[in-house]
Amino acid sequence: MLTFRKGFKDGLPIALGYISVSFAFGMLAVEKGLPLWSPILLSISNFTGTGQFAGIDLISSNAGLYEVIFTILVINIRYMLMSLSLSQRLDKDISVLQRMVISFGNTDEIFGVCIRQKEPLTMRYMMGIILCSYSGWNAGTVLGVLVSSALPVMIRTALGIALYAMFIAIIIPPARDSKPVMKVVLLSVLLSCIFRFVPVIQRLGSGWIIIICGVISAGLGAYFFPLALGDTGADAQDDREAHK
Amino acid sequence: MSTQKIILVIVIMALCTYLPRMLPLALFRKKIKNQYISSLLCYLPYGILAAMVFPDIFSSTASVISGITGTAVALVLAYKRRGLLPVAVSACAAVFITERILALMGIL
Repeated sequence: MLTFRKGFKDGLPIALGYISVSFAFGMLAVEKGLPLWSPILLSISNFTGTGQFAGIDLISSNAGLYEVIFTILVINIRYMLMSLSLSQRLDKDISVLQRMVISFGNTDEIFGVCIRQKEPLTMRYMMGIILCSYSGWNAGTVLGVLVSSALPVMIRTALGIALYAMFIAIIIPPARDSKPVMKVVLLSVLLSCIFRFVPVIQRLGSGWIIIICGVISAGLGAYFFPLALGDTGADAQDDREAHK
Repeated sequence: MSTQKIILVIVIMALCTYLPRMLPLALFRKKIKNQYISSLLCYLPYGILAAMVFPDIFSSTASVISGITGTAVALVLAYKRRGLLPVAVSACAAVFITERILALMGIL
């Protein structure tokens, strides 16, 4: 059952990962000379990683408003695809107003964990996972602002890999069980690595590169390995439970 | 930047973050019947997450060497179907140990 409790529990690893990232965010903002309240306000109102880090640069370099709009939209355009994908997984009883609340919490990590669920996602589950993660995100920011350099550098650099490792834990098991998913993943990794080193394309920035890689690999996957309607593409998503 | 402009920038940022997340979710309530599009949306998360991780994961730590060690540990444990938290914690531990060894060797 996708209860509030289950959502909150699934949100714990996200919250832990978030604390380290938003901690770094809070510290960096203070180091760059932003007023202490601004990173906290950013975390409360934005709840996003890349965009907020870019925001620190935009504010400290006194960027123009159009530059802010363009930069943040480019970084966030992939969420349109992720929201569209998530919309297919939500329980049909969830109202438009509830969807508007859920979408505030559609971060990369929450999205990643949600797509592992086989059942339609309930409002209670979404509230649990979002509240838990959101708390971690804001707690980390406040701590980062307050303590600034209490955490030794050696521990901070080790935490840098936490969220990436979590993504690996999300994509590898389904890729292991489904050859098409594995091919989509490998193609996307290959494209992404190539694009980061191709002179013209690398200037697009990571936001666009991620979208291009995702759309090309998933587009080819859908063309060569069409799924039956209602199939989620990965059938062995429940194995995680066996290891608890 | 003045306090007022910082607040304005933060409000604009919040809108530019929220709207791309909200519009497709709120406006698109129907189940997609087209087989190609629905397959695409099923594969899309994996493609996007994979492109997000690689190659950035290698530069997420203090050294590429520790980045590779952490990645390898995460890949092996994920393949063994360990949960999100064990995979993340083990990768961090692997990075920490590797970076201490690199520091002892004078590389880091």
